[in-house]
Amino acid sequence: MAAVLNGGGAQPAVNLTKSNNAVYRRRLLGHKIGIALSVFAMAIGLGFLAWILATLLVDGFGALSGTLFTMDTPAPGSEGGLRNAIFGSLLMVGLSTLVSTPIGILAGMYLAEYGQNNKFAAVTRFVTDIMLSAPSIVIGLFVYALYVARVQHFSGYAGTIALSLIAIPVVVRTTDNMLHLVPNSLLEAAFALGAPRWKVALTVRLRAVKAGVVTGILLALARISGETAPLLFTALNNQFFTSDLNQPTANLPVVIYKFATSPDDNWQAIAWGGALLVTFSVLFLNILSRTAFRQKNPQ
Amino acid sequence: MTTTMMSQTLSTPAPARNANHATANAKPKAKTIEIQGLNFYYGKTQSLKNVSLDIHDKQVTAFIGPSGCGKSTLLRTLNRMYDLYPGQRAEGSINYRGQNILEPGVDVNMLRAKVGMVFQKPTPFPMSIYDNIAFGVRLYENLSKGEMDERVEWALNKAALWTEVKDKLNKSGLSLSGGQQQRLCIARGVAVKPDVLLLDEPTSALDPISTSKIEELISELKGDYTIAIVTHNMQQAARCSDYTAYMYLGELVEFGETDQLFLNPARKETQDYITGRFG
Repeated sequence: MAAVLNGGGAQPAVNLTKSNNAVYRRRLLGHKIGIALSVFAMAIGLGFLAWILATLLVDGFGALSGTLFTMDTPAPGSEGGLRNAIFGSLLMVGLSTLVSTPIGILAGMYLAEYGQNNKFAAVTRFVTDIMLSAPSIVIGLFVYALYVARVQHFSGYAGTIALSLIAIPVVVRTTDNMLHLVPNSLLEAAFALGAPRWKVALTVRLRAVKAGVVTGILLALARISGETAPLLFTALNNQFFTSDLNQPTANLPVVIYKFATSPDDNWQAIAWGGALLVTFSVLFLNILSRTAFRQKNPQ
Repeated sequence: MTTTMMSQTLSTPAPARNANHATANAKPKAKTIEIQGLNFYYGKTQSLKNVSLDIHDKQVTAFIGPSGCGKSTLLRTLNRMYDLYPGQRAEGSINYRGQNILEPGVDVNMLRAKVGMVFQKPTPFPMSIYDNIAFGVRLYENLSKGEMDERVEWALNKAALWTEVKDKLNKSGLSLSGGQQQRLCIARGVAVKPDVLLLDEPTSALDPISTSKIEELISELKGDYTIAIVTHNMQQAARCSDYTAYMYLGELVEFGETDQLFLNPARKETQDYITGRFG
């Protein structure tokens, strides 16, 4: 005990570059092994990503030409592009975002505001979580049974409904999670001025996490722009250009699916071009959500 | 500081800025840390401008000044806490017992084991009181159960907390009151037997009784450790420090023995600040 008592400091010179403390050196070794393992794990993930992107670039770049954007999907053996599919995809994904954003944000706000000791909210949250991980083909079948089978034809509207059903839970969950990050003291400060609850929720709480909510919407957008399975049963495909969503509507994922599996060389080239387009727009959305809306100045 | 010395310095107008009044009469004291020409940048903003001062062995050095003057920044360079944040960098030299800690080869973990820190808000880890203390010790020492028990008791005694918690060492550190939590954090810092303790406004979140306990503690701890404290409270600096540095807008305006600086500041800015006529 005596040795311990007068142990407080007072070493004349220190060496801060190399330790001869066995415990610390063992810890450093563990640190290095841990770093090496995680770099290795990261390399596997990044390696495959780079491989996929490189393949897409090599095979898809040849297909990128003016006609890809100006001509519609061709019959086998003739020349063509993806104009109808690009337009149909933009239309359905855009409309789904317009539908799912307000529903998702409002539901997320409800969960954050009233979802503490509330059975209905607990069930909503649980169902949202299930929807988040539901296979998208099931969503497609659901819309097929409920809408397509009833109106007796495939349509862009059916595709929009299916995509919205996939996007809504993503927006709900991120909005709910983001709103919970707002510190109570900030809310109390607003309430202390006599502000009603709806006003605090909209103008203080939601505003404080605006960037996070927008990120959630962008991620939902990225998710639905690549979905194929739900569109197979709903929007299906269309060889011609149409802006009428009540008709079957061409879209990139289904065209890629159809063309890539065909023996026609020209179709396969167009499929590569479409895959390149979809992948890079999703990549762009992800990068945008990570950079443009990041909170500036973390201090 | 003696009264003769004070009367002497009262009569002589102190010369230039950064003057170190201590040199004349006081017996030479060992320096633990020598800061030379320190510049600090948050990205493009410069928040410390050419700061030079010495921190003496087994003495309490206080940094005072208005918010944003760089006193916390200065404290956080001494254990390279800023390393955690990209975009923050320091230039100049900080010699800690003969080693420039700003040099690239320095192992910051080893540095921080020597230069401990206690923060503004109490930060007990979400574990038992015992494990809070043992956490840091286990990083560098392989102690038997008995030795660790002794070390925990020793550290808690040092922080004047032992009698209050000895019957509930297995309770969560978070179950303590604010003042007790802060003393737990001091005990945790002391337990690894550092050389220097950095205290960043350690009492600003505490009530007056807890504050006075911490201040007593500081006076006792300086027997064993070199202490640097950042405080908003000028009385606190006057009460418990041996040296005081007054900073403003990233510059060191005046540095000297505490009695000297408070009774006979060399510069008008310092006087305005300590008499509350600032701004």
